[in-house]
Amino acid sequence: MLGLTKKDFTLFVVVIVMVALAPFLLNPFPQGSSLAQMFNAGYPDLMQRFVIFGILVIGFNILFGLTGYLSFGHAAFLGVGSYSAVWMFKLLGMNVIPGILLSMVVAGIFALAIGYVSLRRSGIYFSILTLAFAQMSYNLAYSVLGNPSSNFNLTNGETGLQLLLTDPRILGQSTTPDGSLPVTNFFGIAMRDSYELRLGDWLFTFNAGYYLCGIIMLISFYISIRIFRSPFGMMLRAVKSNQQRMNYTGLNTKPYTLAAFVISGVYAGLAGGLLSSMDPLAGAERMHWTASGEIVIMAILGGVGTLIGPILGAGFNEYFKNILSKINDSVLHQWLGFLPDGIEDFLVTIIHPFVGKGWHLTLGLLFMIVIIFLPGGLVEGGKRLGGMITGRTRRSAKAEAKQRNHPAE
Amino acid sequence: MSNSNFTRRGVLKTGSIAGAGLALPTYLSAAAHSGFTNAPTGDTVTLGFNVPQSGPYADEGADELRAFELAVEHLNGQGDGGMMSTFSSKVLDGTGIMGKKVDFVTGDTQTKSDAARASAKSMIEKDGAIMISGGSSSGVAVAVQGLCQEAGVIFMAGLTHSNDTTGKDKKANGFRHFFNAYMSAAALAPVLEQLYGTDRRAYHLTADYTWGWTQEESIAAATEALGWDTVEKVRTPLAATDFSSYIAPVLNSGADVLVLNHYGGNMVNSLTNAVQFGLREKQANGKNFEIVVPLYSELMAKGAGRNIAGIVGSQNWDWKLENEKGDRYAGTNAFVKSFGEKYGFPPSQAAQTCYAQTLLYADAVTRAGSFNPCAVVEALEGFEFDGLGNGPTLYRAGDHQCFKDVVVVRGKENPENEFDLVEIVEVTPTEQVTYPVDHPMFSGGALGSCNPGA
Amino acid sequence: MDQIILQFLNGLDKGSAYALIALGLTLIFGTLGVVNFAHGALFMIGAFCAVTVQRILTLSTVVEDPTKTDFLGNPAKISTPYVESWFGPEMGAALIDWSVPLAIVFAIPIMVALGFIMERGLIKHFYKRPHADQILVTFGLAIVLQEVIKAFYGANPIPTGAPEVFRGSFDFGVLIGFDPNAIIYPYWRMVYFAFAAVIIGAVFAFLQFTTFGMVVRAGMADRETVGLLGINIDRRFTIMFGIAAAVAGLAGVMYAPINSPNYHMGMDFLVLSFVVVVVGGMGSLPGAVLAGFLLGILEAFASMNEVKAIFPGIDQIIIYVVAIIIILTRPRGLMGRKGVMEE
Repeated sequence: MLGLTKKDFTLFVVVIVMVALAPFLLNPFPQGSSLAQMFNAGYPDLMQRFVIFGILVIGFNILFGLTGYLSFGHAAFLGVGSYSAVWMFKLLGMNVIPGILLSMVVAGIFALAIGYVSLRRSGIYFSILTLAFAQMSYNLAYSVLGNPSSNFNLTNGETGLQLLLTDPRILGQSTTPDGSLPVTNFFGIAMRDSYELRLGDWLFTFNAGYYLCGIIMLISFYISIRIFRSPFGMMLRAVKSNQQRMNYTGLNTKPYTLAAFVISGVYAGLAGGLLSSMDPLAGAERMHWTASGEIVIMAILGGVGTLIGPILGAGFNEYFKNILSKINDSVLHQWLGFLPDGIEDFLVTIIHPFVGKGWHLTLGLLFMIVIIFLPGGLVEGGKRLGGMITGRTRRSAKAEAKQRNHPAE
Repeated sequence: MSNSNFTRRGVLKTGSIAGAGLALPTYLSAAAHSGFTNAPTGDTVTLGFNVPQSGPYADEGADELRAFELAVEHLNGQGDGGMMSTFSSKVLDGTGIMGKKVDFVTGDTQTKSDAARASAKSMIEKDGAIMISGGSSSGVAVAVQGLCQEAGVIFMAGLTHSNDTTGKDKKANGFRHFFNAYMSAAALAPVLEQLYGTDRRAYHLTADYTWGWTQEESIAAATEALGWDTVEKVRTPLAATDFSSYIAPVLNSGADVLVLNHYGGNMVNSLTNAVQFGLREKQANGKNFEIVVPLYSELMAKGAGRNIAGIVGSQNWDWKLENEKGDRYAGTNAFVKSFGEKYGFPPSQAAQTCYAQTLLYADAVTRAGSFNPCAVVEALEGFEFDGLGNGPTLYRAGDHQCFKDVVVVRGKENPENEFDLVEIVEVTPTEQVTYPVDHPMFSGGALGSCNPGA
Repeated sequence: MDQIILQFLNGLDKGSAYALIALGLTLIFGTLGVVNFAHGALFMIGAFCAVTVQRILTLSTVVEDPTKTDFLGNPAKISTPYVESWFGPEMGAALIDWSVPLAIVFAIPIMVALGFIMERGLIKHFYKRPHADQILVTFGLAIVLQEVIKAFYGANPIPTGAPEVFRGSFDFGVLIGFDPNAIIYPYWRMVYFAFAAVIIGAVFAFLQFTTFGMVVRAGMADRETVGLLGINIDRRFTIMFGIAAAVAGLAGVMYAPINSPNYHMGMDFLVLSFVVVVVGGMGSLPGAVLAGFLLGILEAFASMNEVKAIFPGIDQIIIYVVAIIIILTRPRGLMGRKGVMEE
């Protein structure tokens, strides 16, 4: 169906259902309970991040998972996309569609230029070239291109590019009648609008922006499945397994890898445009090398070269990043309040270094655990779990994963 | 589904009017019908403390968080009440805010605008925070202030020193207690004149980002007004760790004062490098070579170690203020006592500003008789108060900036202990650091109107 | 002219730090084929060895002095370092003053041990895994190491001074006929440069002139054959990992007085040192050293006001511009070998 095999179609339907029901799935605890404060993720901002970073990593996976080219500068396209979209909101109007389109176009052009140069090298030399381009973009966006007192303020430096009451917005209005900034919208539906459903103690939020991002993510996911299963995808895999041999057969592989690079750059630009559409402020930190590193981490965490891996990896990373950093001692005390005082204090002391200001530590440990024990990422974890249930031996699942996960460099 | 309760808002409501492009901001809360975002419904009210918990400013963030926790304790009637007893407004009675117990959530800004906004958003969307406070850099303050304006909650800025926060990026829902680069410059100028004379040539090294630029502009203007020359203004990359190649040419440039417009780790490194190059022992133009760091915090002084000795700078507040300069600065000792007894060391200026901001917010709500941001804005605008450690202070209505005395400090030559790193040289009175709302360094923005959100 | 000489000196000093880190990275990469993202963290831990030695030397007895009061009005606590009470105030003070050089002795065993543990406990299991997995696991390790340091030492930089005799700067300009103060250079930075030269020389000599080094070099070229000859190459590679960790750690110890150590200094250096390694050519030790000095010197020149006036912001991106040019003109960096990390 839809040109997909039965297996892929099932996967696609599962993802559709997950996206549609996320507001329920991510809010398993009743509102106001201490568990809710800790673990519920069903609020608009985080749900939007799940799907937006999903798009980003799906795109990255088309390059890295299929061709094996490890780009260490993908965050640059995210940043460029974000800036383009905000500029559209400043100059044109608050409808998100022109912003998103422009962000894809600009990121595509950037990717074409950077890819054309970087793809002249392979392996780590390619990675360092992409890293160098991204770091240059970051450093310039932070300083020279962002000085508010100069005439050429493209990025607004450290503060980030933001909307002002004095922006022209030729198709919209600079300021609403009550003196505030207009909000981003999709033909009238404001991105921040939400619909709340209260069921007993549970409160579920259905946010317009989230569903827009969700639909775009589903489209991106569908396109990625089609690319994976197309002759083009086959060609990219062939590049990964042995580029030299491909070249010996007289085939020029560069157009294929460049196409993959540009496609994944456009995906990143799209993600950037969506980030800006949900929250119209674009900061230079989005382009920092740690942001690029995070994309790589999300891809590997999920499972490189798999279809669903990127979505899982992005969700895992964003969830823990947002949840862990917000836990503080008083939340812990609330949560463990049912225990006797001594044990409660003891547990709080034990957990304390790993939450709040220690969230980096926990995330680092989680990365290590996943990568050490699940070489195929979370997807392999799922497979093993599935294998255990259906009674397949662990060994065969592992062997399969190993085969599938052949050097992904 | 019998007990389902559909709160009809959002899509349908705005959908009808948004066609005209009038989409109203509609952040969500449990009680949307009360007319403003996150109106507290139960017997508690939630404040959001958004401070750097990771990254280079994590220690400063930790100190801010200590102050917030202390303030919440005092508001809820625990502890010794701290500055509540010296505060000139007496409406706070230790029963929370308007009878509601104060609850708080914390988040990590990572000193990145993006991350800070995401963290603040989750506080507003998920935890129902009605006020956001904290932060340790101006980029973050401006970004979060913008978010709070759009969302319809109050933003009480933490440590932010750029002119822009209450200048071109000022917002009706945002308030700053901390001082700014202009005030630093105005406060330092007379002291610099007295210490180093009027015939000096200054060389600026400036961190290449928003805050650095505004401070460079302010200091250069103030010192040039004294008669100093500005030899060179050099921008250094924010990511720089080794400043040797920027420091080395200074001595031979004809300058005899080096101004370091750096903050945090940048400042610790550039000052350490400058002292390594022996600049402090050198002579230039027949005078002793001097280094000025217009803004530095206690933590930066600690990081710089003995290199800070003799370096002049400015601060918003210092814990020795009341002891040394008299009871004009009442509140200082009360705060130092309750903070010191709880945590074992004296509070930093970042802690003091965050503590004061929390009390000021609670007080404004109580005086207004409402949590509605617009009522709070009205109560804070033009509010004159005393007893929060800085002497008589005005929250100016025109730009939501506090006006108060500025402390000029100098690094101690022989600190007696690790908390006693700076000595107070002078306290520059409010009148000398006050500027008109439309001063050119602050122009280009507008407060707009207060936004109550939903 | 004086400016150029001055920046050349600066560049040598920056370059020696880059070269030392890149050297260790290349040792690990060349011998074990592992891309070690935790190498910056080893540098950082080295710097914290210096901090720790300073802390140990200033461990103090605390007595209450009723004549003085602290900030809360309680009797002040006067602390006297143990070393001062044991060795007398002068000797004790001298020991504390020399804590950074002393830390070298302390850091070597710690760094070597840490290197062994890392290799045996973690890296060993990643030899056959894709490079991307190696990068991720070592990056995770780097985060964990720096967060552990942060948990113990806080996020604020910790001042760790050089011994008193090395404070201040030397006037080179006068020696070669310039005006006084035209070319000054801090003593400790000269020490750092000399130290880097010694370490780099020692590593090369070790690889070149010892049997151990010969075997390792052979292993770098063809691991399988060396293994077939019945030589236990694994154990030697473990030792090489320890040596590389020690090189990074010593670079960190000596760097502590130049910039106060903080927990993220490793990450600050990490990306730069990777650029250095790649520009030098993967797997080439001389390439890494050469590229380190080259990039250091170019970075120093780019920060000159005269250069910045022509190309605004060039000092922010010079390293990356140079890296791109070199990689595009020389496909395997300055001195890289064919086929290493190219697929």
